[in-house]
Amino acid sequence: MNYNWDWRVFFKPTGIGNEIYLDWFVTGLGWTIALALSAWVIALLLGSLLGVMRTLPGRYAARIAGAYVELFRNVPLLVQLFVWYFIVPDWLPEPLEDWFKQDLHPAISAFISVTICLGLFTAARVCEQVRTGIQALPRGQAMAAYALGLSLPQVYRQVLLPQAFRIIIPPLTSEFLNVFKNSSVASLIGLMELLAQTKQTAEFTANLFEAFTLATLIYFTLNMGLMLFMRWVEKRVRVPGLIALGGK
Amino acid sequence: MDFSPIVPALPSLWEGMLLTLKLLAFSVIGGVALGTVLALARLSSNKVLSLLAGFYVNYFRSIPLLLVITWFYFVVPFIIGWITGTNQPIGAFTSCLVAFMMFEAAYYCEIVRAGIQAISRGQVNAAYALGMTYGQTMRLIILPQAFRKMTPLLLQQSIILFQDTSLVYAVGLMDFLNSARSQGDITGNLHEFLLFAGLIYFIISFGASTLVKRLQKRLTV
Amino acid sequence: MKKLLQLSLAVSALFAAGAHAEELSGTLKKIKDSGVIVVGHRDSSIPFSYLDNQKPIGYSMDLANKIVENVKKELKLPNLQVRYNLVTSQTRIPLVQNGTVDFECGSTTNNLERQKQVSFSVGMFEIGTRLLTKKTSGVKDFADLSGKNVVTTAGTTSERLIKSMNAEKKLDMNIISAKDHGESFLMLESGRAVAFMMDDALLAGEMAKAKKPDDWVIVGKPQSYEIYGCMLRKDDPQFKKVIDDALKAAFKSAEMNSIYKRWFESPIPPKGLNMKFPMSQELKELLANPTDKSAEQM
Repeated sequence: MNYNWDWRVFFKPTGIGNEIYLDWFVTGLGWTIALALSAWVIALLLGSLLGVMRTLPGRYAARIAGAYVELFRNVPLLVQLFVWYFIVPDWLPEPLEDWFKQDLHPAISAFISVTICLGLFTAARVCEQVRTGIQALPRGQAMAAYALGLSLPQVYRQVLLPQAFRIIIPPLTSEFLNVFKNSSVASLIGLMELLAQTKQTAEFTANLFEAFTLATLIYFTLNMGLMLFMRWVEKRVRVPGLIALGGK
Repeated sequence: MDFSPIVPALPSLWEGMLLTLKLLAFSVIGGVALGTVLALARLSSNKVLSLLAGFYVNYFRSIPLLLVITWFYFVVPFIIGWITGTNQPIGAFTSCLVAFMMFEAAYYCEIVRAGIQAISRGQVNAAYALGMTYGQTMRLIILPQAFRKMTPLLLQQSIILFQDTSLVYAVGLMDFLNSARSQGDITGNLHEFLLFAGLIYFIISFGASTLVKRLQKRLTV
Repeated sequence: MKKLLQLSLAVSALFAAGAHAEELSGTLKKIKDSGVIVVGHRDSSIPFSYLDNQKPIGYSMDLANKIVENVKKELKLPNLQVRYNLVTSQTRIPLVQNGTVDFECGSTTNNLERQKQVSFSVGMFEIGTRLLTKKTSGVKDFADLSGKNVVTTAGTTSERLIKSMNAEKKLDMNIISAKDHGESFLMLESGRAVAFMMDDALLAGEMAKAKKPDDWVIVGKPQSYEIYGCMLRKDDPQFKKVIDDALKAAFKSAEMNSIYKRWFESPIPPKGLNMKFPMSQELKELLANPTDKSAEQM
């Protein structure tokens, strides 16, 4: 079969403006990072809130959070993305719908859909980690805090959460890395992140082996770099006397 | 919202679901088998073997599944061509199956490894003292216990895999989700078809994970 | 890698040697050995190649069937198994190259750049690249698109054309690249884009699928004229001849007019709408004088 290896392909002009193919990868990586970080902010905030809700003494809050987790964990990410991209915008009130679809740059409206989708999807997973972290703490801690006269918010803010977060750093890291990997679904709705740029380069140049190899290297390096960084953070903040949960 | 066009489309959707389930079943079997081999390699005293297996696992765990599916779609036919030397046509299904097996093996490997490590060292020593070989020890003593312990985890990972099979949309394989999308596109009722697909995925995943939780409780007694 | 490949091909050739008196090579040999021919098709290239009840149908599929018939005849394999494999604009070339599909008949433009990667049959259709838009949108030509959202399908010649045009003329369009024509039209219909740039015949096909076909109109001066061909692997003269012969025979036959009428001037699935797209003078000439040259070469 006729396959022409050419690793210089990344420095060739794309024929569109003055770009070379490497520029596409840089732009794609930029979108991937922006997506992952903004989705992570949503996931961490909402996930912590839900995680706390699941451990609250009242039944009501725990049930709502539980239902949220089941819903978002049992529907495939891609289906959720289609819902956020194809369906939800059609349900918006008309002026808002027109603004979202026509006035916003298409890349931005796709970005918003993916960020919300990924953020809410990951929040369900973060919630479970936070809950595990809180429940892993000895029960005596919360009791002692109440006995000292702390209010419920104070118990969480000053006693439970600071410790829980430190023990769940490893599983949270793995969720954080998952957000980067999962952000590649954005390529399926036409947002030109790293994977979409790779496919486009492969298609324009016919050098698909080279394009996919570069993409793999970028994801691999990004992932390894972030993992090493998080290990370092974990060591810095480790709670003496508590065994890390280790995790998946 | 008009859900009535779904009824005449049910046969196509069912065909899609069959493809999804077939893909899932083969991927789980192949993934667990390869994952077990990798776990044994990782735990082996042979440094090279364990390093290689470790690299494999880290490699697949650090790249997106969607990238693997897309890439394998183009590459697998080349590779199978070299290995077998035959000219049998390789379709999207085979490419996706290979992608899922190799990708999931990295995840199954870690589960199996943890399962083996959870079994006390004393059992291995006892087996060796009885004159068993490494193969016998693993096959007769360690793996049966390890698999019993990790069945719930393996099943949970398989439920995640069930959801992830929907990513074959990227390469145009007509699985359940893609059939639903395609039917929705043709009839102009995309919203209804997508919501219906989501509901079915939810029912299956939720039902399965509830069963797994029950099983987990029974096994831990 | 190329060497490995050649080696494996050579090895497999050795094993198969002697089995056939006739010297088959390339794809024909592959088909004979495996007993299967794999046809690449599209899922939303209306009316060329698209799915109706999971079955690929259309103008190009009718011609693909003519090709399959000719392969059966050439190889004397009346029971040859035919398998269909879905391709998209982005995957069709790699999949022909890597052997997943043996040939593709859909809506693929024959051009010089693609000729470096694959080979084309004689041309079977001729199109111009134009715009589909709402009658009320006020868009009359490409110049009206400045600052607006425009959708096109990823991996098509239109995508390259409009992206270069945008960069050169500084039109400041926001270009959306959708996965397939069906999805591009969805972007247009749901209001995410004001116009859809594509081959005029495909645009007419999408209109036939619309909820209200009368709301839509095809406008704009064609940015290019292109010839569609069936796509096969490069350097495979035996297989190319079988394909070209089948198509040339079909073009000459009286049946060609009825094939054209069936897809362009009669009600078609899924909605039973008539595209009313009469045969252009250019296409008549192309069918009368078959050529595998691209439009740029003529």
